[in-house]
Amino acid sequence: MKQRTFIWFSLFPAFLLLAVFTFYPFLRGVVMAFQHYELFNLNNIEFVGLDNFEAAFKDGKFLSALENSVYWVFFSLIFQFAIGLALALMLKKQFRGRGVYQGFVFYSWALSGFLIGLIWKWLFNSQYGVINDLLLRTGLIHDRIGFLSDPSWAMFSVIVANVWYGIAFFAIMLLAALQSVPGELYEAADIDGANAFRKFFNVTLPYIMPTIIATTLLRVIWIFNDPTLIYGMTNGGPAGSTNVLSSLLIERLLAGNYGAASSVGVIMLVILMLYTVFYLFVTKSEKVGDF
Amino acid sequence: MAAKSTLKGLKILYLALHLIVMVFPLYWIVITSFKPKSDIFKLPISYWPTNFSLSNFDRIFTVSKFHVYIMNSLIVSIVSALAVIIISILCAYVMARFTFRGHKQIMLAFFLTQMLPGFVSLAPLYLMMSNMGLTNTRLSLILLYTTGSIAFSTIMLRGFFQRIPASLEEAAMIDGCSRISSLFRIIIPVMLPGIASTFIFAFVQNWNELFQAVMFIDTNSLKTLPVGMNSFVLKFDIDWGSMSAGTVISVIPTIIMFAFAQRYIVEGLTQGAEKG
Repeated sequence: MKQRTFIWFSLFPAFLLLAVFTFYPFLRGVVMAFQHYELFNLNNIEFVGLDNFEAAFKDGKFLSALENSVYWVFFSLIFQFAIGLALALMLKKQFRGRGVYQGFVFYSWALSGFLIGLIWKWLFNSQYGVINDLLLRTGLIHDRIGFLSDPSWAMFSVIVANVWYGIAFFAIMLLAALQSVPGELYEAADIDGANAFRKFFNVTLPYIMPTIIATTLLRVIWIFNDPTLIYGMTNGGPAGSTNVLSSLLIERLLAGNYGAASSVGVIMLVILMLYTVFYLFVTKSEKVGDF
Repeated sequence: MAAKSTLKGLKILYLALHLIVMVFPLYWIVITSFKPKSDIFKLPISYWPTNFSLSNFDRIFTVSKFHVYIMNSLIVSIVSALAVIIISILCAYVMARFTFRGHKQIMLAFFLTQMLPGFVSLAPLYLMMSNMGLTNTRLSLILLYTTGSIAFSTIMLRGFFQRIPASLEEAAMIDGCSRISSLFRIIIPVMLPGIASTFIFAFVQNWNELFQAVMFIDTNSLKTLPVGMNSFVLKFDIDWGSMSAGTVISVIPTIIMFAFAQRYIVEGLTQGAEKG
């Protein structure tokens, strides 16, 4: 077989599936954002220009979801990253039982956001939840807190669950990066008499920077796009206090409001594109995109 | 020296605390799943199961049809993961060994699929599937899960191919092997751990997937585990006993599989993304 034929023959099945089940429906979804499109009123489909977008920006529910998304992504990411990096640094040196330890602290990576939402919903239960019980026993609080029923606590609670979920991802990826730092760099730093602090900022950090930029970028996109944890834990409630853009999209989708759902999706896509360009510009990292 | 040992003490303390925080939620769900209903809603709550009971597991297999859900999840997850391995292996091999026009753009397209907000596609997918008469079939999920895993499977497998020197198959080809047979006889056996981890990664993703399954499957006998779990959530008053038992059954396989595959998955992902 000629090499060219072999190459395209090998790529064809993947292209076909991606074209039919990923790219086509995605483009179709973008078009839907400019249509009046309801699943239960399929005879009445028409192009309405920017009406769905106008309606979104006049809708208090959408605006509060937009604001909630900012808190949700920012605080989830900061704590996932900071704790993940600290953990990776602590696990860098080999010690006895490290492999087993990693198994016990990294397993959350294998769970679905939906199940993690359910698990934490039970932990945070105001009446029979173990977190309230522990806080009461240790005397930190005197009255039970409605972590998921009190709108002023709910966002805090879902972020806690999400941080718990995402630490492992950062720890795993950053640990892999840390272990790839060549030992000679540290030896050279030793000869120059650098202390641990200097070594971290002048050797370690620059070396793992591409990984940091790539993982934080990807993670922001995932946290922003993924409604499963919130869906399992609060479904956006109480009173919309944990509704983010992705959970709003799912809510409209499951209700059959395809036009409205798609317009939320397109707005999310625009936000992500702006964010990605901005982030890569600020971090001056064209390299990350150069796979 | 004193500062150094204090630091070490702090580190051990933190690692211990972190371990507790990570393990406790799982412990709690397991404990809850073995408590009888009367103990789950009893104050003060007990930290050990004083009345060990299998009633929750009994209930999810008799009242809810969890054995059916498990079977469906297994079928859909395994078939999709196998299909994606077969499709991606060729893709990854070509992307690792050849440079050709469009190579860079194809790689970029793979990464792009990972960034698209997939939920934009769900409504059109639903309409497509119902036009093709595929709603309420396992095939709909198999097609979507296979497609959904192509990008990262290709990226991972490409990473594993890159670690195998091209000279290995070149030697075989000089000895008269065709490219395809050298791929299957020489390269793939060396790559088995990598292939197995890619399979596991895809399997776990499929096993966990919720919204596509919720949208495309209505019939009870075709529901996957997450859809079955979803029906607990939709009720106003969640039955936490059944919920815990269902969660335990859902998470145990994925945790065990990941424990084995984690090292290879990280190697594959980092390698596959870096070298280009």
